[in-house]
Amino acid sequence: MCTMIANQAKIEGSGKGASGWFTVRQVNVSYDHPYQMPLEHALSIDFVDERQGPGARVAVELSLESARQLVRTIQEVLAQAAAGGYVDERVKAEGR
Amino acid sequence: MYQTNMYEGMLAETVTLRGAQGDSINAYFARPLGSGPFPGMVVIHHLPGWGEWYRECTRKFAHHGYAAISPNLYFREGHGTPEDIGAQVRGAGGVADEQVLGDVEGAMNLLGSLPFVNGKVGVFGTCSGGRHAFLAACRLKGFSAAVECWGGRVVLSKEELTPKQPVAPIDYTKDLSCPLIGLFGNEDKSPSPEQVNQHEAELKKHGKHYEFHRYDGAGHGFFYYHRPVYRQEQAVDGWKKVLAFLEKHLKA
Repeated sequence: MCTMIANQAKIEGSGKGASGWFTVRQVNVSYDHPYQMPLEHALSIDFVDERQGPGARVAVELSLESARQLVRTIQEVLAQAAAGGYVDERVKAEGR
Repeated sequence: MYQTNMYEGMLAETVTLRGAQGDSINAYFARPLGSGPFPGMVVIHHLPGWGEWYRECTRKFAHHGYAAISPNLYFREGHGTPEDIGAQVRGAGGVADEQVLGDVEGAMNLLGSLPFVNGKVGVFGTCSGGRHAFLAACRLKGFSAAVECWGGRVVLSKEELTPKQPVAPIDYTKDLSCPLIGLFGNEDKSPSPEQVNQHEAELKKHGKHYEFHRYDGAGHGFFYYHRPVYRQEQAVDGWKKVLAFLEKHLKA
């Protein structure tokens, strides 16, 4: 069933969609029926800019374990970036 | 029953109708050609969107002798591919039950106003659409039959209520105003077999006219031939039961 599990977050970024790069202002993360993956439920991530219409979307669907792996991998990379001195002090202080 | 020397014809196209708050929304309408009169069917799409399966479903009802209409419940969210719009609505937590009821009522009223409709209109939905079909059959007056296919979130705890879904549909069971058929897969997690038991118990408690069919070897969405959840034998049997139920309550 449609789980209605969906969170949104404002972000700053760029995404490469079908028509090329566009500014990403929001990420929608849900755990619900996927469109493409052969699973009943999947973790879906949509990087969007709603001001550019619903087609401005980079979509990814992941299994639960892959979603957890992605979270771990992102955290590992951020930790390495911080340890390597690549993270701007102002950014670190703001927790960004 | 169709014989191979009979004439068959169908009209299927996009139309507009007045939905919730008098908003003009689009809908897909399919009907047999001729003066009928034909019974009507409102087809409610599920959360993933107003996609091709619902066009085919609407035409399937027309093939079986119904004037069928599937409103675009996401019309107000903008336009794009059904998947992009569906994903956008999913991200925003769906659309409000009250708005869906307004759109479904608008579709019912449109069918009822047509000169080739016989005065009886049914409502059909799968997944969240099944939930909405049950909700519509309870909250709206005018449907003569309701088809709920694996409607999850009919049974909801207080913690699961949201501003867009403020009341559990099961709480409206006493107001169900037409016969109901429900199809459920016994491997489904939402609704789970226990939730279907609760749904059924409430119908019995209020003396409602219903029939539930529960399928082994099937989970959620077993009519969807384009998804791995499709179960051929159960889907064929399910459609047979749905069409027999509608024949009895809308064509007799």
